Amino acid sequence: MTVRTLLVRGLVAGVAAGVLSWLFSYLFGEPALRDALAFEGHAHGEELVSRGVQSTIGLGTALVLYGVAIGGLFALAYAVAYGRIGSLGPRATAAVLAAGAFVVVFLVPFLKYPANPPAATDDSTVGQRTGLYLVLVLVSVLLAVGSVLLGRRLHPRVGARNAVLLGGGLYLAAITVVLLVLPTVSQPPADFPATVLYEFRLASVGNQVVLWATIGLVFGVFTARALPRSRAASVDSEVAP
Amino acid sequence: MALAVPTPAVAPVRIPLREVLPWAVFAGAILLSLLYLVGLDQGATSVFSGQLLHEFMHDGRHLLAMPCH
Repeated sequence: MTVRTLLVRGLVAGVAAGVLSWLFSYLFGEPALRDALAFEGHAHGEELVSRGVQSTIGLGTALVLYGVAIGGLFALAYAVAYGRIGSLGPRATAAVLAAGAFVVVFLVPFLKYPANPPAATDDSTVGQRTGLYLVLVLVSVLLAVGSVLLGRRLHPRVGARNAVLLGGGLYLAAITVVLLVLPTVSQPPADFPATVLYEFRLASVGNQVVLWATIGLVFGVFTARALPRSRAASVDSEVAP
Repeated sequence: MALAVPTPAVAPVRIPLREVLPWAVFAGAILLSLLYLVGLDQGATSVFSGQLLHEFMHDGRHLLAMPCH
């Protein structure tokens, strides 16, 4: 199994994930987005891109490209993780990596800086919010990698279960401190409809669940299918000469 | 019999980090740039001027939790 074949599989899984998340977002995200825009009173006479395009092709382009990028990065992480997280097989590695990445890359940053619909934030703080969000994602990833390395180090001494618990515990403790220390930036306007905010954020989380679950499952199936063949091939080549 | 059905207990074969590194650097850079274009450009920072990217990907950015405006 080479990095190149993994990368191709990651990109393909990413396209599938992007398409499914597009469908999900169109059905469950767009209604809340529309309500938020209605609250904003979107009466721009000349829009650069019409709402009809934004809510269909625009949404799809963004989500499929995002899926491809995430799928590719997932494959690169998988190339490093495979065979290095305990004795997990190809499919289990994909599932664990996808679930972990969903939490570390999306869910944890979301707890501090959740997705906001249009009109729920102050435009003047966009620079600050962007910077803080990226810092939090980066710190979360670094802490997670550190925790996995620690767990691997502890594994021979304390066993698999305790290594997972200690590594997970370290991540949880450290990220909690980070979440408490980082400043809260924006609060939606007092009269912003709470149900719209809630539904929008729920759709945002659901979108990521669909995305990561698809990547984890599709990539796992692809890779598990390819593996026995490459294993059999290597056995043959050892036996043949 | 030597050709018994192999059990799945075979230890997974790791890819050497040496082999992963160039891919991680080059593909990683391209994929992160793609992520930046989808999620962030023409928001807090701009590589391309104008608002077309921002407006076209507007709904996706909001749902992906990107702080876009």
